[in-house]
Amino acid sequence: MLYFSKLRVFSVLIFTLIISYFTISNFTKVDDEFFSKNIKLGLDLQGGSYLLLEIDNEPVITQRLQSKVLEFKKFFKDKDIKVRNFVIEDKSIIFDVENTKIEDVKSLLDDDKSEINPYFQQYKSHQFNIENMDTSFKLEFSDYGLVLLKNSSLDQAIEIVRRRVDEVGTNEPNILKRGNDRILVELPGLDDPGRIKSLLGKTANLTFQFISSSSEESFGTEKLSFEDGSSEAIVSKRIVLSGDNLMDAKPTMNNQTNETVVSFSLDRVGARKFGKATSNGVGKRLAIVLDGKIISAPEVREPIIGGNGQISGNFTFQSATDLALLLRSGALPAPLNIIEERTVGPDLGKDSINAGIMSLIIGFILVVAFMFYKYRFFGLIANLALISNLFLLVGILTLFEATLTLPGIAGIILTVGMAVDANVLIFERIKEELKNENNSIVAFDSGYTKSRTTILDANITTLIAAVILFFMGSGPIKGFSITLGVGILTTLFSVYFIARLITAYYVIKNKHKEKLI
Amino acid sequence: MKTIYFNKFYKSFNILSGILIIASLVFLVFKGLNFGVDFKGGTLIELRTDKSSANITKIRDSFNQMNLGDVSVKNFGNETDFVVKFEKQNSNDPQFIEEIKTKLSNSIGTVDFRRVENVGPKVSKELLRSGVIAIALSLAAMLLYIWIRFEWQFSLGAILALFHDVIITLGVFSVFSLEINLSIVAAVLTIVGYSMNDTVVIFDRVRENLRKYADVKIFELTNISINETLSRTIITSVTTLLALLSIFIFGGEILKGFSLAMILGVIFGTYSSIYIANPVLVSLKVSQRTIVKEEKE
Repeated sequence: MLYFSKLRVFSVLIFTLIISYFTISNFTKVDDEFFSKNIKLGLDLQGGSYLLLEIDNEPVITQRLQSKVLEFKKFFKDKDIKVRNFVIEDKSIIFDVENTKIEDVKSLLDDDKSEINPYFQQYKSHQFNIENMDTSFKLEFSDYGLVLLKNSSLDQAIEIVRRRVDEVGTNEPNILKRGNDRILVELPGLDDPGRIKSLLGKTANLTFQFISSSSEESFGTEKLSFEDGSSEAIVSKRIVLSGDNLMDAKPTMNNQTNETVVSFSLDRVGARKFGKATSNGVGKRLAIVLDGKIISAPEVREPIIGGNGQISGNFTFQSATDLALLLRSGALPAPLNIIEERTVGPDLGKDSINAGIMSLIIGFILVVAFMFYKYRFFGLIANLALISNLFLLVGILTLFEATLTLPGIAGIILTVGMAVDANVLIFERIKEELKNENNSIVAFDSGYTKSRTTILDANITTLIAAVILFFMGSGPIKGFSITLGVGILTTLFSVYFIARLITAYYVIKNKHKEKLI
Repeated sequence: MKTIYFNKFYKSFNILSGILIIASLVFLVFKGLNFGVDFKGGTLIELRTDKSSANITKIRDSFNQMNLGDVSVKNFGNETDFVVKFEKQNSNDPQFIEEIKTKLSNSIGTVDFRRVENVGPKVSKELLRSGVIAIALSLAAMLLYIWIRFEWQFSLGAILALFHDVIITLGVFSVFSLEINLSIVAAVLTIVGYSMNDTVVIFDRVRENLRKYADVKIFELTNISINETLSRTIITSVTTLLALLSIFIFGGEILKGFSLAMILGVIFGTYSSIYIANPVLVSLKVSQRTIVKEEKE
């Protein structure tokens, strides 16, 4: 195990130098993007905010069922089947069918080509599961129907979240799907997520509805309260216009009243609808409703034809800006709840980096000094391997743009402590071999050979732990598992290529010397 | 080097370990673990105060007036830094943290919130579950690995040593009410890896010696193997402990729990490789036939 071909020496050297370059590139400035790579710092080191959002899909399910009911009514009417008593209850649709048509309805629903209960070839499942008791049918979403619904609302929501976060203009936000109803938002450098949280917490469902003339709630009207909680009003359920038709919105000053308002412009369809409704409703009050609360309800003085309008409502410039932003980015399909939040201030992050580097330096010096004390010259070889190990480890993390976290730094320090193990195992084995073997080259060779399985065993066990952590852990802990796992690989490389190369060179040169190690 | 007769003390140390394990289990069952916000849910705020106005009682009093449920306040590192934890988490209200900050600065002066963690009940349950799964999975993976690599007697010894280390480390955390958070799970997994590593090194030597010496009793043979690998065991534990001590002392408050758990784990891991794993081989009467039989098959 002491023989190295020239080619091998050369490739080890080149590989080590190239990877080490990326360690150094963290501390230098080069104009090229590839060659000036920096290690990515986790939120716990650079400061920032981590938010985990969960979509509340209940309203979407109800909404979907409501439109399904309309679809059913129309479908059965066309087929001339009488269905009655539609109810939406407990996330399912219940209805009755006349006695003679039970079988017809069943087959219409069960058919693979059913128009009203789509069959998903890929899942081998219908959108709805059907229960039938006498004349009564009960339909509820099948597992796959639910998965599809959740996925589509997640896709929509993540798009809206991205727009809203981008509009606020934080640097390099990271927005990812988690499972089928969660969104992870990472906002580096943001130490007060209050504004983003309030922007993400709003569904931003905007509607224009006329205020009803009657003072009692009846069929077709609903009672809504004003945003500021001052009073309530009876509002017609008919939606004149919704936020979907909005093209743009921005905060402006109204010159006449000197108030901050949000002015908006509508698309063509919206402009036509709005024009028609306002022409018919001159004199009536039009409520502007956001997420079920009335922002304001101005009187329509004249028809608004051009597709431009203003929303007033005691805004400050900030709140008008935020409302305009919400309207521009569109409505979320469902409300989002923030179920986890972790925010680290930038100076704590800096303190953590300093503490991490400090303990790395001290830990490194202690280990190096101890190894030199124990093994003298061979201690130096082990230390050289340790240094190149560090360079390789940090270089690989930089090259692959892995995220370095505080536990990740701990993982590097731990690697320093554990990496010498392999060399120690080899050196101790060589010492034993030298007791019964006069030819030092043979002794060194068998020292390497005999310790090999032990070293592999020992490192594989730690690698297993690192891999499991990688898959089960999140955020900072993942960073730890990465440095620990990569650390094992670089350790093996530095021990078997770098340290062994130097050892071989030294032993072959000094083979007649007494007491080599 | 002089031979140390570790095997003389197999019995007495086994009794000691037995007592420690039972004590740990009693503590774990009756006192339980001090779970942090990661696993219990709630809010954690690390804050830095103006030096003049800071003291624990004052901070606790002002937090207690805010109706946040159970509040705990602890000094964190130096005298101006504190960690406050309470049950209530209301991350959906964007003003929640802001309001606390305003109220607090009214009563104790300028404060800087250096870190805020807010974990909802659903997430904390999931984190706890995945933590337990991760530890169980790693134990299972180790069992599997060692089963493939060694005979079952060795696997049993290694696994008993692993359980020993994990249970006693957690026991210490329970006795001193040290906080269990995500990084402790990482530490426990690393301990599992380290303890296994240490055991495997000695076991490899035991197996090698079993082949070499047919007529040496396992009781003697384990002792020979422990002695032959002893200097490696010591050097590696020392370098690992040096690195960990450096994290513990200089690595900042956030890594204290993690490095402490690891330090305990390394000490117990080294001890158990000698005094748990090897006695198991002795009591299972492992001999040359054990490994030869397997190899023939």
